[in-house]
Amino acid sequence: MANTNSSKIAPEWNYSPAPENTHHIRLEKKYQLFINNEWVAPSSKKYFPTTNPATEEVLAEIAWANDADVDKAVKAARKAYREVWSKLSGAEKGRYIYRIARMMQERAREFAVIESLDSGKPIRESRDVDIPLACNHFFYYAGWADKLEYASPAKNPESLGVAGQIIPWNFPLLMAAWKIAPALAAGNTVVLKPAETTSLTALKLAEIIQDAGLPAGVVNIVTGHGDTGAAIVNHPDVDKIAFTGSTNVGKIIQRAIIGTRKKSTLELGGKSANIIFDDAPIDQAVEGIVNGIFFNQGHVCCAGSRLFVQENVAERVIQKLKSRMESLYVGDPLDKNTDIGAINSKEQLQTIQKYIRIGKEEGAEIYQSGCTLPSKGYFCRPTLFTGVSQSHVIAQEEIFGPVLTIQTFRTLDEVIQKANNSPYGLAAGVWTDKGSRIFNLTTKLRAGVVWANTYNKFDPVSPFGGYKESGFGREGGIHGLSAYLK
Amino acid sequence: MDILKTYKIYIGGSFPRTESGRYYPIADATGKTLANVCLSSRKDVRNAVVAARKAFGGWSEKTAFNRGQILYRIAEMLDGRKGQFIDELMDQGISKSKAEKEVEQSVDRVVYYAGWADKYQQVASSVNPVSSSHFNFSALEPMGIIGIIAPQENSLLGLIELAIPAICGGNTAVVVASESYPLCSITFAEVLHSSDVPGGVVNILTGKVAELAPALAGHMDINALVSCPLGELQTSLALSCVENLKRNFIYTDPNRQGLNFITDLQEVKTTWHPIESIGGATSSY
Amino acid sequence: MRKSFDPTTMLSHITVDKVGVEERVARFQTRSIKSESKLQGLKMVLNMIDLTTLEGKDTPGKVQQMCYKAQHLHDVHPGLPCVAAVCVYPSMVGTAKKALSNSSVKIASVSTAFPSGQSTREIKISDTKFAADEGADEIDMVISRGKFLAGEHSFVFDEIAAIKEACGKARLKVILETGELSTLDNVRLASDIAIHAGADFIKTSTGKIQPAATMQVTYTMLMAIKDYFDKTGIMVGMKPAGGISTSKLALHNLVMVKEVLGNAWLSNDWFRFGASSLANDVLMQIIKTETGLYQSTDYFSID
Repeated sequence: MANTNSSKIAPEWNYSPAPENTHHIRLEKKYQLFINNEWVAPSSKKYFPTTNPATEEVLAEIAWANDADVDKAVKAARKAYREVWSKLSGAEKGRYIYRIARMMQERAREFAVIESLDSGKPIRESRDVDIPLACNHFFYYAGWADKLEYASPAKNPESLGVAGQIIPWNFPLLMAAWKIAPALAAGNTVVLKPAETTSLTALKLAEIIQDAGLPAGVVNIVTGHGDTGAAIVNHPDVDKIAFTGSTNVGKIIQRAIIGTRKKSTLELGGKSANIIFDDAPIDQAVEGIVNGIFFNQGHVCCAGSRLFVQENVAERVIQKLKSRMESLYVGDPLDKNTDIGAINSKEQLQTIQKYIRIGKEEGAEIYQSGCTLPSKGYFCRPTLFTGVSQSHVIAQEEIFGPVLTIQTFRTLDEVIQKANNSPYGLAAGVWTDKGSRIFNLTTKLRAGVVWANTYNKFDPVSPFGGYKESGFGREGGIHGLSAYLK
Repeated sequence: MDILKTYKIYIGGSFPRTESGRYYPIADATGKTLANVCLSSRKDVRNAVVAARKAFGGWSEKTAFNRGQILYRIAEMLDGRKGQFIDELMDQGISKSKAEKEVEQSVDRVVYYAGWADKYQQVASSVNPVSSSHFNFSALEPMGIIGIIAPQENSLLGLIELAIPAICGGNTAVVVASESYPLCSITFAEVLHSSDVPGGVVNILTGKVAELAPALAGHMDINALVSCPLGELQTSLALSCVENLKRNFIYTDPNRQGLNFITDLQEVKTTWHPIESIGGATSSY
Repeated sequence: MRKSFDPTTMLSHITVDKVGVEERVARFQTRSIKSESKLQGLKMVLNMIDLTTLEGKDTPGKVQQMCYKAQHLHDVHPGLPCVAAVCVYPSMVGTAKKALSNSSVKIASVSTAFPSGQSTREIKISDTKFAADEGADEIDMVISRGKFLAGEHSFVFDEIAAIKEACGKARLKVILETGELSTLDNVRLASDIAIHAGADFIKTSTGKIQPAATMQVTYTMLMAIKDYFDKTGIMVGMKPAGGISTSKLALHNLVMVKEVLGNAWLSNDWFRFGASSLANDVLMQIIKTETGLYQSTDYFSID
């Protein structure tokens, strides 16, 4: 008998769960501070839990550093700077950084899984974006260590000393790489504080630093909350503060270091415009909108959170966007098919929910994708608001979640004005098929990164940083070195 | 009998009196009043910032070559009025040799930056070889409006050393002149005025630093503040700058000539664009 | 009624950014298809195949063998579906018809001076009518790529509309031969022309030109189908042909269809693979999934 030719094999074809294997990772129950290449119990004797935001389960206990612990770390960094790191040749320093990069690559899978466990970001992103970019950042800057005289034509490069670095929870390992790699290449030593909800990958990086045989004290990692960060900022023997986080905290830091010798770079908030013209490659623009606002659950300082669509294509773009949102998988960060993972913390979820409430109260029209959310953990549906104007709170304030505001525009002048109508100036997106218009816009948009016909792209060679209240200084590329040189 | 000149301020390409109606006298070494000078107010700062913002678009979009031409024109005009500047400096008690040297250096500085106008971008920009199918480059863009507090000594040279690199890079400026030696700054405004510099690109106010500098530092539409060390005032100015994260540059080194005086007042903008690789049968698609 | 070319209502010129398409396609390729969904997907793939032989050396004997394989993919393993159709030259339609007399496997015939399409409209129409009269259920025509590239879009449109008329009851698949169209913008435009002119399916390639059915091209065509459906509610089918020879690539294509057009398109009424060697690779994967053993080609018949 012949086989049958049924027109439909199954009524529905859905993806079976595809969980990433977690057996290969090694996590301690309790993590100490990493000072002078040793694991040191905090003199505070205090620890705090770090949880998996997708399950609300505790992953490990993390040491909470106080002023005395930070002092110990800074002293170690100072000693290492004075006695070892500043005496090594550029080539020797480069060798160490290369070694770290290679060892990170070898343990990339473990890093990816731990990053997803601790931060809630989907494994697809930690595996394909965060971890490779972090490794590549070390590779890139390793090669600069013996070529600093080419880094800035106006200066004879000299390192600064001890760099205090405070990083956020949205790209935990990647931000650590953005901070540590150029600092070391430029000849500085480091005291780094990871964000309190996402310390684990920085501590795993400490293991690698130990294994790589980096001289003791060159990199110190002190975990803790805001008070730990404040202790770094206020420590008199720190030469440089590099901070990524909110504009509010950035301003507090900037005030705190006035009158000191500390230099600073600040990578702060944003409310970036993503602009779609009627001649844009519409389907790719829709992908760019999705990538702009839903990448990493919208926990991205340069997220394209203010969408501007030319009025004559607005209906079509919004319809396509809604339809595309329905094909986003929200759920278990460790499932290889998950597009949108967990919100990083309960507090952040509450903040996002507050803004969604405000948006509704302001009279904007809400649309959320119809996906079902896991019963446990912190999750948020992809959300967009239409009928928004610049005067709406949700179009002015940084939400830091998967929430898009959509405004329409009619003319070029109008959209340039509105796009720049913000105290922030981190990034912008422009979608049009017309080359001359792209260059007109990219020069008129007051933002440090402009993505034309693409969005949310990052690369170690590409400088990143903002205008206006989005901070100052650049990270990445040749321009990222000057932040660590005098 | 000498005509007692009233030095007016320079805002938006005009020479108004201060809106406050206040003046202060400048005396020579013997105590004889040389001139009356405007004691500018916060409102004059406000007006100057409005003029500077208005001028920013046009000035920053001028071609680099054109800005260089205009800067060179400034140098020519300055050179042509050397005698007047030397006299003015000497009137304010500066020795002849010092005055001559200062004016000479002032001309040199302007010529130096005129030459940079169409070169700094090439030196400080980069094409970044990203690991994806994108063309990526970083170029400099002017920050916007620069608030400048000119140093008290070397009143002409100091003003030029801080203001000229700012405008060389396409910024516009609001300058507080030397409080003690203000005369040359207003004469320099006349040079700017006759050198094709569009109105509003450089605005020059005279008056008390203690009154005007805080107004600059706290102004939310000024993008950067540039000064030489200002003593006690410095901390409160720095605090005000944090309000809108104004970039705050304090130049301690007396040698004030170099590329960094331009590039400090520039933002690095990075632009990405996809590269389509299309071929015939050998194409990958 | 034959459709007439109306550029104003039909084509608001849609541009396509190739790098953006590549990124989107890469996302489909990172989907992980495991266990039950993999098995189900592989069976769907089998059932969507247009088993194809389009060679100058084709003989009735060759076609008969292929028709038997189409109905008996791997008889030692019960419960497998058969392929959707066989695809042959018009001269072989009669042979196939006889060989498949008691089968639900459909017969597709290429026509219109396949593969170049370089002939007169009269010949193309009679070519089509001959195949349909011989019993073809489906006609796979080629568009006039030369005319398209010369900007004669209305010529291309009218020709498709004329062939559609000549098809009678047979469903029409329109081959764009995307490997000759040079850009994705052209692929999109040609898709729109074909759909509006009355295509029941749009198809990437003849299999004679490289590159053929890349995922970038298929994605671009699927977006054209989606836009048309969103505007009119009319479904159009899709057939990537040429170059899809592995199970993995076939599954990625299914992922793409599912995520772009939805589950409604996941049947052989609306999606086909034009392929000659795909079936055995899929069979090997199915047996591997069920037994856990990697397979050898020696155990799978070649026809």
